Amino acid sequence: MCNTCGCNITPGNKHFAYKPVEGGTTAVSVLKNLLAKNDDQAVHNRQHFDSHGVLAINLMSSPGSGKTALLEATIDALKHEFRIAVIEGDLETENDADRIRAKGVPAIQITTGSACHLDAHMVHDALHSLPLEGLDILFIENVGNLVCPASFDLGQHRNITLLSVTEGDDKPAKYPVMFRAADAIVLTKTDLLSVLDDFDPQRAERFVRELASNAPMMHLSARKQIGLDVWFDWLRQELHAQRDRVNQGKTARPKIQPEGVQLHVSTV
Amino acid sequence: MHELSVCQALIIQVQEIAKQHDALAVKLIKLQIGPLSGVEASLLENAFPLASAGTVAENAVLYIDRLPVRVRCQQCGAETEAAANRLICGQCGDYHTQLISGDEMLLASVELTKES
Repeated sequence: MCNTCGCNITPGNKHFAYKPVEGGTTAVSVLKNLLAKNDDQAVHNRQHFDSHGVLAINLMSSPGSGKTALLEATIDALKHEFRIAVIEGDLETENDADRIRAKGVPAIQITTGSACHLDAHMVHDALHSLPLEGLDILFIENVGNLVCPASFDLGQHRNITLLSVTEGDDKPAKYPVMFRAADAIVLTKTDLLSVLDDFDPQRAERFVRELASNAPMMHLSARKQIGLDVWFDWLRQELHAQRDRVNQGKTARPKIQPEGVQLHVSTV
Repeated sequence: MHELSVCQALIIQVQEIAKQHDALAVKLIKLQIGPLSGVEASLLENAFPLASAGTVAENAVLYIDRLPVRVRCQQCGAETEAAANRLICGQCGDYHTQLISGDEMLLASVELTKES
């Protein structure tokens, strides 16, 4: 307990902590998101994507759930239909960017050191070395982490959260912030379901619905090429919608990016 | 995990406000944090002395208003409290709800000292 950081204020004594403002003191009401600086940069990034007619998609999941494998399968199938580029986020190594480049599309690797998520400034810096001209879809593969990436708007239009069937079907109940942020959820490695007796896709979906989410759930295996068409159709639909928005001078944010908090600011 | 970077962003905002108001010091910083914001209030409190050291907010009291998770049901219209991972209507159990409180990560207000 101390008198500087607020740890001594409890629900029981907080009314003493808020004595009326004394002379010489000014109270300023702010009501701004704590990540306002990141959000401003994200708005700028989004304008940049929109001005080039690019659809930006942020992929989030645990490490090892198959984000890069999904991108490889997507590039293999769609690289003649769309021009694709990828921003890769990892703590270290160029491994994932190398895997993407081997498929013949541009990839920029962001190594975050020890940072647990990408933020809008890192993505902006990466854009300096990634020309958007002529691109259709930019995938941003976030750092593998089911916690922090959900809190940072990067300027993307849509969030995808992946859940691999080797992880446990209760992940949406354990990590509600992440799964609530998803515009669509991709259940990966479904070819392994036959050998896993403890993952029930319906139970996973029920946990997602209990987060008041209508996000579509796509079941697929990138390795075994199962169920990928639904994912490809979702991408085609989203790109079509993005082109319509750009033509009308509109944009889109992921379903629950920080703007949402402005809707229900409570009394201060 | 990212509370220190959130806290550093907070300090930058507070410094800008203090500068705009020609304040000598920041007395109080009031935040609103909900369980679905993705930041943990207690970790923010731990990070605050580190992030504020040597700044105009060094001696400020950080008060965090922890807001409850509340949902409004789109089926029956009830407003009820909910658990962070179970945002269903407390009245009828439907999952078609809208979050009306619980994902806030806001700098609500600051109190500034203007005279010594």
